[in-house]
Amino acid sequence: MGHHESLPLGHTHFAEPEQVYHSAKFGMWVFLATEVHLFGALFCTFAVYRWRYFEDFQQFALSLNWRLGGLNTIVLLTSSYFMVRAVDAAQKGLNKKVNSFCNLTLLCALTFLVVKFFEYRAKLILHEPPIFPHSHIFYGLYFTMTGIHGLHVLLGMGAIWWLKMRAKREEFSVTYYTPVEVVGLYWHLVDVVWIYLFPLLYLLGGLA
Amino acid sequence: MSAHAATADGKQLNYLNCEKGLWSWIMSIDHKRIGLMYLASILSFFVVGGVFALLVRAELFSHGKTLYGPDDYNVFFTLHGVIMIFLFIVPGIPATLGNFLLPLMIGAKDVIFPRLNRFTYWLYLFGAAIAFCAIFMRLDTGWTFYAPYSIQNRWAVVTATAAAFFLGFASILTGLNFLVTIHNMRAPGMTWGRLPLFVWTLYASAILQIVATPVIGITLLLLLLENTMGIGIFNPAAGGDPVLFEHLFWFYSHPVVYIMILPAMGVVSEIIPVFSKKPIFGYKALVYASVGIAAVSFLVWGHHMFVAGMSNLSRYIFSFLTFFVAVPTAVKVFNWVSTMYKGSISWDTPMLYAMAFVFLFLIAGTTGVHLATLGTDAHYHDTYFVVAHFHYTIQGGAVIGLFAGLHFWFPKMFGRMYNEKVAKFAWLFLFIGFNGTFIPQFILGMEGMPRRYYDYPIEFEPLHRISSIFAFINAAGYAMVLGNLFYAVFKGKKCEENPFHSLSLEWTTASPPIHDNFVQIPRVTTWTYGYGAEHAAEGEAVH
Ligand SMILES: [Cu+2]
Repeated sequence: MGHHESLPLGHTHFAEPEQVYHSAKFGMWVFLATEVHLFGALFCTFAVYRWRYFEDFQQFALSLNWRLGGLNTIVLLTSSYFMVRAVDAAQKGLNKKVNSFCNLTLLCALTFLVVKFFEYRAKLILHEPPIFPHSHIFYGLYFTMTGIHGLHVLLGMGAIWWLKMRAKREEFSVTYYTPVEVVGLYWHLVDVVWIYLFPLLYLLGGLA
Repeated sequence: MSAHAATADGKQLNYLNCEKGLWSWIMSIDHKRIGLMYLASILSFFVVGGVFALLVRAELFSHGKTLYGPDDYNVFFTLHGVIMIFLFIVPGIPATLGNFLLPLMIGAKDVIFPRLNRFTYWLYLFGAAIAFCAIFMRLDTGWTFYAPYSIQNRWAVVTATAAAFFLGFASILTGLNFLVTIHNMRAPGMTWGRLPLFVWTLYASAILQIVATPVIGITLLLLLLENTMGIGIFNPAAGGDPVLFEHLFWFYSHPVVYIMILPAMGVVSEIIPVFSKKPIFGYKALVYASVGIAAVSFLVWGHHMFVAGMSNLSRYIFSFLTFFVAVPTAVKVFNWVSTMYKGSISWDTPMLYAMAFVFLFLIAGTTGVHLATLGTDAHYHDTYFVVAHFHYTIQGGAVIGLFAGLHFWFPKMFGRMYNEKVAKFAWLFLFIGFNGTFIPQFILGMEGMPRRYYDYPIEFEPLHRISSIFAFINAAGYAMVLGNLFYAVFKGKKCEENPFHSLSLEWTTASPPIHDNFVQIPRVTTWTYGYGAEHAAEGEAVH
């Protein structure tokens, strides 16, 4: 039974590595399906109120800074590119490269959050009186949707940080790179959600 | 480890005694232990929820004030609902019997993500702890948290929604784990066409858990944000729409009924062929019916809002689709009855429960058709008729299914047998008590008794009294069941490995199973339901 025997009872190997790899990826896709439904309900809510308060939504969309939103779109797309490179490097077992591409992805994610911070500040602190709370539903939706998305960015950053640490310990190899792929999938979802949020919130009213 | 490894004192080594101490349970990633921990947890919550139900029934015993005031009443029926739904019956069969049996039934050593499984259990318990905080904060919105009552900056609602969010997340993760396990962990030869029906129903309910639960998650999060920050989405004063909350809420909460009921149907599909000594009738039809119910269940949520402001066209569509649910459900009932037809039926306790399930669920289903009908629903809506209908579904269906499964797989789980006489006696109490509680409620509903009311006109008193008395008989039945089973866990008679002569894969291994489930991953060569005189007499599996 080889090295299995030395493991305590609770940690016997129950599945083949191949099985675990495919299952982890499948599991992540299933999880992404739940995320799509989570945001899907928000998008539905948005659609309902945009339909109902059409003029207001047009007008308030103009108050958002589409340049900053556009910048953030580019930043996130770039981060997804770096993430792909990290996955590619992991598949080749190049731990150093995984580490540096994780760093670049993290840098993009951080940039995104900093830009978002300035956008929020403009609405929450600099604006007199503050636009939120007790404001129009448009802002309720704007802050909820971008806030929950931002939370996903933060969680993704945590996961990428974890990858980076593992890459530093040289844990990935040609035969083992499952975590990088799985986190990569998650990170792309975070990106995709923003790609829908940006035009819905910033652009539907036209460009200011 | 070999199969017949033994402890120093010569005892057979199994999942229960292979590791000792509280810590070995807390840290366990064994699906069987996690299943048992879930079982202990949900049954405890079941008792708590039951006590609240009895408190409610006791107050309703007499016209006017009987025991306590209306504010307490609101709190008690809310807690009954919240505890029973979110803590007991949503995890219900999948988290307990599903966890224990799924890997055994498909010939695997564990679920695919055992550590995630452990995390899920503790997440569930964490959510339950938060939910209990809401108890002390006097949550009184009803389990449905309808806006605008629930958005008046009420911290009890914030707490309860936070709890439901964690509990929902645990439910999603269980579904995810099961789905991937069923896809990737089946033993060689366990093809989709040979999959036990219980596993198929776990599969269907896993899909519901994965697809529907995120919607309630975000809805409750919106409610939480509404209460803490005032985002306005459900607040009519800010232009928000409380009916939107109802739509989002029922988009989850209708399918969740099938998360509860589908696995119970699976349990019954496993039990009936064993005790009829006949192959299951219409295996494929049962599989398609499960998947069909899961699919249709997403399209019918509107039937909860027929009188809440909805266009006529939507009403027609939702009503039609709701009728449609009756089709796959009836297919199932037809197949169960056909399985029993000309079988040689033995009246063991699991079979009694399975038959009670079919009978009670039939009533639940047919009264559901009354509620799906637009004309009659206008009259029945928000009356005791609805209360009785969903108790027939949830208690008569899901809870009876759970207890059917517990009595059936008890020897598998513990290698011991409960007292059969007490079990049958308790079943009788339960069956009579249950029907006696809710048949009067159907009549009350037809006569116009609204649900959630603290008081009623004196004319309704006799029926309320009958309902309350039988509720206590029902509770006595549950007390007997739980006492009997709990006693048998420790003191029950040791029994043979496969006392009911089932042919299913989970019975081919030791009872209680060894830590790794199987000495060797089995090779499946036949269908699970090949019951017939010659095999059943030998009581041997034909894998
Ligand atoms: Cu419904």
